[in-house]
Amino acid sequence: MLLTLLAAAGLALLKVRNLFAVVMLAGIYSLLSAGLFTVMDAVDVAFTEAAVGAGISTVLFLGALALCGHHENKPGHTPLLPLVVVLLTGGALVWGTMDMPGFGDPANPIHHHVADHYLEESYSEIGIPNVVTSVLASYRGYDTMGETTVVFAAAVGVMILLAGRLGRRPRPEGKGGSG
Amino acid sequence: MSLDLLVSHYNYWVVIFLMMVGFYILISRGNLIKKIVGLNVFQTSVFMLYISMSKVSAGTPPILVDPYGEADVLFSNPLPHVLILTAIVVGIATTSVGLALAVRIKEAYGTIEEDEINAIEARTEATG
Repeated sequence: MLLTLLAAAGLALLKVRNLFAVVMLAGIYSLLSAGLFTVMDAVDVAFTEAAVGAGISTVLFLGALALCGHHENKPGHTPLLPLVVVLLTGGALVWGTMDMPGFGDPANPIHHHVADHYLEESYSEIGIPNVVTSVLASYRGYDTMGETTVVFAAAVGVMILLAGRLGRRPRPEGKGGSG
Repeated sequence: MSLDLLVSHYNYWVVIFLMMVGFYILISRGNLIKKIVGLNVFQTSVFMLYISMSKVSAGTPPILVDPYGEADVLFSNPLPHVLILTAIVVGIATTSVGLALAVRIKEAYGTIEEDEINAIEARTEATG
């Protein structure tokens, strides 16, 4: 099953210390998760994840690696404290899922608030067969505008951070904070 | 712990496992780029949690084949999909800012290992 493969990829990410391999594994992880999204009916999310998560972010990571070198030092301190923190958090989260409704049950509360309205009325109100598109661009259009603002802010931030070095040492870089 | 519970919650548990792997990479590794990779793993696992919740068994992707709803088709919930589409794009924005910061830190300190940066900081504070 895909989830198990994902877990394996995650563990490999933890162990490998060559950052080039880590970035490639992260790309694989992202692509696997895109496959999982397809299986779970989220086709729009799947192709966004495949393009952005497996594509653009891998390119950005490679760009950063080219500038920073690709060797990771051995962790200096003992990993005991982080391990305890992680186990505690994970335990609390698993305990939290005990009250969650089962996977895929159509009677789950999440499916009975606005989702029915979107599925039944969106075609007559908006006229686009893909419900995800009509919710994204119309019902929750402000979200999308906010997202654009965030991307703009990130692009400006990246430009400010990297502008100084480009001035001192002109060298074309494929890093623009595009999303 | 019954088998029923395992089957209906398996998705959530693997998602939590991945979340914790990402979290562990984030807090236990000193290399800044590795930290950002951990953050991405964490992020993707949150996406998977949302998409798991939106899935309806035997449902189809929420694209209306028969717009006026005569046919009886079961769709998965489109709302989490929309939220996650937004989150993916915001995620790549934060990743790119983080990497830009790492590049600048490499320039200023000559390293992106946290302990070495701390050592350099301590030295400059002691002398200057």
